[in-house]
Amino acid sequence: MHSWILTLITFIPLVGAVIIMFIPRDRTGGIKWTAVGVSVIPLVLATILWFAYDSSGVQFPKGAQFMVDVPWITQIGVRYMIGVDGVSMPMVWLTTLLVTLSLIYSLIIELRPKEYFFLFLVLETGMLGTFVALDFFLFYVFWELTLVPMYFLIGIWGGPRREYAAIKFFLYTLVGSVAMLLAILAMYFNTSPHTFNMMEMARAGMDARLGGVGAALVFWGLFLGFAIKVPVWPFHTWLPDAHVEAPTAGSVILAGVLLKMGTYGFLRVLLPILPRTSERFWFYMAMLALISIIYGALVAMAQKDLKKLIAYSSVNHMGYVILGIAAAASVTGANLADRAMALNGAMMQMFNHGVITGALFLLVGVIYERTHTRDLDSFGGLGARIPVFAGLFSMACFASLGLPGLSGFIGEFFVFRGAFGANILITALATIGIVVTAAYLLWTIQRVLLGPTNPKLEKLPDADAREVWSLAPLMALMLLFGVWPAPILKILNTASVEIARFFVG
Amino acid sequence: MFTYAWLVPGLPLLGTIINGIFGRFLPRKVVGTLASALVGGSFLVSVAVFIQLLGLPEEERHVTSALYTWISAGNFFAEAGILIDPLSVFMMLVVSGVGFFIHVYSTGYMGHDEGYSRYFTYLNLFAASMLILVMANNFLLLFVGWELVGICSYLLISFWYSRPSAVAAGKKAFITTRVGDLGFTLGVVLIFVAFGTLAYDQVFAAAGEVATGVITAITVLLFIGAIGKSAQIPLYVWLPDAMEGPTPVSALIHAATMVTAGVYLVARASPLYVHAPGVLLIVAFVGAVTALFAATIALVNNDIKRVLAYSTISQIGLMFLGVGVGAFAAGLFHLLTHAFFKALLFLGAGSVMHALAGETDIRNMGGLRGKMQVTYWTFLVAGLAIAGIAPLSGFFSKDEILAAALTAPGGHWLLYALGLAASLLTAFYIFRLFFKAFHGEPRMSAERLERAHESPPSMTVPLVVLAIGAAVAGFVGVPGFLAPEAGWTHAVAHFLEPGLAREPLVEAELPPAIGVMLMLIALAVGIAGIAAAWHFYVRRPGTAARLAQRAPAVYNTLLNKYWVDEAYNALFVRPGKALAAFFWRGIDAAVVDGFVNGVARAVAGLSLLVRRTETGYLRNYALAIFAGAVVLVGYLISTR
Repeated sequence: MHSWILTLITFIPLVGAVIIMFIPRDRTGGIKWTAVGVSVIPLVLATILWFAYDSSGVQFPKGAQFMVDVPWITQIGVRYMIGVDGVSMPMVWLTTLLVTLSLIYSLIIELRPKEYFFLFLVLETGMLGTFVALDFFLFYVFWELTLVPMYFLIGIWGGPRREYAAIKFFLYTLVGSVAMLLAILAMYFNTSPHTFNMMEMARAGMDARLGGVGAALVFWGLFLGFAIKVPVWPFHTWLPDAHVEAPTAGSVILAGVLLKMGTYGFLRVLLPILPRTSERFWFYMAMLALISIIYGALVAMAQKDLKKLIAYSSVNHMGYVILGIAAAASVTGANLADRAMALNGAMMQMFNHGVITGALFLLVGVIYERTHTRDLDSFGGLGARIPVFAGLFSMACFASLGLPGLSGFIGEFFVFRGAFGANILITALATIGIVVTAAYLLWTIQRVLLGPTNPKLEKLPDADAREVWSLAPLMALMLLFGVWPAPILKILNTASVEIARFFVG
Repeated sequence: MFTYAWLVPGLPLLGTIINGIFGRFLPRKVVGTLASALVGGSFLVSVAVFIQLLGLPEEERHVTSALYTWISAGNFFAEAGILIDPLSVFMMLVVSGVGFFIHVYSTGYMGHDEGYSRYFTYLNLFAASMLILVMANNFLLLFVGWELVGICSYLLISFWYSRPSAVAAGKKAFITTRVGDLGFTLGVVLIFVAFGTLAYDQVFAAAGEVATGVITAITVLLFIGAIGKSAQIPLYVWLPDAMEGPTPVSALIHAATMVTAGVYLVARASPLYVHAPGVLLIVAFVGAVTALFAATIALVNNDIKRVLAYSTISQIGLMFLGVGVGAFAAGLFHLLTHAFFKALLFLGAGSVMHALAGETDIRNMGGLRGKMQVTYWTFLVAGLAIAGIAPLSGFFSKDEILAAALTAPGGHWLLYALGLAASLLTAFYIFRLFFKAFHGEPRMSAERLERAHESPPSMTVPLVVLAIGAAVAGFVGVPGFLAPEAGWTHAVAHFLEPGLAREPLVEAELPPAIGVMLMLIALAVGIAGIAAAWHFYVRRPGTAARLAQRAPAVYNTLLNKYWVDEAYNALFVRPGKALAAFFWRGIDAAVVDGFVNGVARAVAGLSLLVRRTETGYLRNYALAIFAGAVVLVGYLISTR
């Protein structure tokens, strides 16, 4: 079981999806609970994985833990090669958790539940596969596999402008994917013997093999593919539309996991495989990160739609991740520890953003289902009517604005600490983001929970058991990793050091 | 006892958890009693720690203990640990002691409020956070407490959330202090970069080995944080608005404890500040100018709580003046006495408001003297203390600061002059408040006057206790020249100094003649201020109005608080919002999405064009094939 645990985690959702295909359409209860039940298995296995994982063990690109490596398409050297290290393991766990919580939350879905839960489980396999794949071809297959279910989830179960949003999401991402595919092929043909093995690529000195112009083209091709997913300014405009139209659970997965696939690409592919080229362009990455931080925060402040506001807050928060990554690759950042610190911050922020923003989108769903509006001016004074919701919502907002004691703070602090060594001015400017973040989140709390109570919302029921249970684990994580981040930090740090090694000496 | 020191923040935290989860289902009496008792427990533990600390020889009064490793990654390390030294114990006593009485007072003041359990949940959380702030043994944990008190302040200012003004004030407070926190964050980062650690012990031990420029940058950045939290120029604007919160909150958070955290920070980091004398001078000047500036606004304001808020800003300015000239112990001494008399002033104001159904405008008060004896006399004690009348507490602490401003190595006559002017105005505005509220003809409606009554014992007992403190707290800091033989002069300074910078920046003992002369000047200034207020508002009421008529420009400038709020709105808030709107509509929607949708339209248009060729007529296709063949053949021939 030991070495096949990742395969089980990855494909059990797909098996579940197949099972759902055979459940009669009218047995909605059966479909829903089967989906939830199936999704719990990978969560349990991933939890076992977390404890079985050796945080001081072998890291990419030297190797990976729980690795499986068998030939798949021998003619072109494609292998079924999967494994985890400190970068991917927390993301695998987060994915299984968020999917289970999303499915619990989705128990109320009434429109075509069979297709909904089928697609959701297929999506889970795609996401998990992306995080565990160590073969570029396999990575690309899983990467693309996430696209189709999400397209349908937005396009069928979405809001009024769902088709525009779904197509925009699909095409935007597809442009990135095409660029990425070309870059992958360019790298494939520049290895000898030709290989899709990411670890071999990382060890092969791809920068030199591709030459200056070639490496730059490949870099920006990959960058486009990943940056659209993150999304980095100015490739972000699909995100607000997709979020606004997506069903609640779709938004949770989109913000919680799909965006992380982008930054995961930076950490797994760009930095280790093209370290010299990343170094060459670190400043551009840092500037885009800085713009994303400030711009995302300001535009979030201008929003009147609650969901859109949180969508733009993702641009803001993911900017810190990119800033950490850019700082780790900087030419100016001096030593290994500083770079590792920046990467720790980036990865911590990835994980925490998944938890916090996942919770925020669930909470938006809770309020939307009761009021059928997301217009920030139509709420007000809900704090007293629905105290449980108010408490959860406030806590998630505080975590999101980086309140120390909750998890969001540590990631941001590490990013600032890491980026400080790379460029003081950029770091100082990036801290302006935390003021604007505080402004728009407190303003959000004000407009939703405080002020005079809107008379139309007098009789609002508070969050029910289903909603509380789908939120409670996320709240617990915010608190746990705020006061005791050691369990995750020790996992991240070994991986960070390994990536940072590419940039020293 | 040191091993149980974690109980000091732990007990109120427990109260937060219990009241936060079960408070809604518990009877009010249980909620209030539990919250107060737990903070009282913190105070008792603090006292025990204090006694044990006194039992140690001076050089051993410095005990750190780690609860657990909070963050550890690579070379970064921060523990959740506490430091017991004179400075932290001093702050623990102030916070838990004043905090306890304000909890008790709140059980009465908030007795009829529907958010009773929510209130005590927040108040306990505040106490716990503030104690974490002062007990932390490293800068990062200090920052945790620092931000948590900010959130508690936000929650409590906007406690009456159905009032839009309260909500706006809470938000303004948090965001304004966050601006200062940028400096704090960068300062902490820079400390780590420079020292490789954030633990006080290691940082301070290495303070002399780091380049002056770096130390200067660190101390400036930390001071920016202090400016935000302690409401100094230019970030003071949130504190007057914070008076929207319940009055006990104003007393505890916005007078006695949280807003003085900046002074604590500078004192705590004093081993760094002594290596940056230029920064200390900035600290002193910011403090002195703020002291005078805020006092001028307090002269004309008519809201009883806002006058006290400006007074707080001004008094904290004095504390910064003290620490800025290197008299760290003097600044902290004033922090202590201020905690007593300012908390007392606020609670007295709260008692008045309680009697007058929430009225805060002093133009609608007057003649309350006979109605509420306890409030009247305790308010008078606090007023005399803040005015600097001997031998009440404020006299000694203020005199100590002013003397240091003139005679300490880091001092300057201008600093002294600013401080003295602020003292004069202080005595005036506080007695203006006092006379307008308690003396003269009642100016409220007859019905209100009829109902006006003394507050219940849960409120008056804390008033009396704090009044005793405000009266006698000064005796822990009697200057040496007054009683050269006594062993108890400068008690607070002697206790604190081992925990502060050891560099000999602190003032030398003054020659008795000069010391006494400065004391007499300060006393004269206080009496002059009170006399002027008496003349203006009791002897010849209407003098002030005539004066305001004669100099309308000055009066309006002060009444409108120098239009600083308006200026900030015009300079930061509105441009910020406009920029946000422009980025969204102007860039996101127009440029980026314009491009994206433009590409989509272009592709669609192109495909329309190309589709025209798909006519379905065989002859057209045949023509195309023929044309293609001609071109190909022609190409082959030409290249032959």
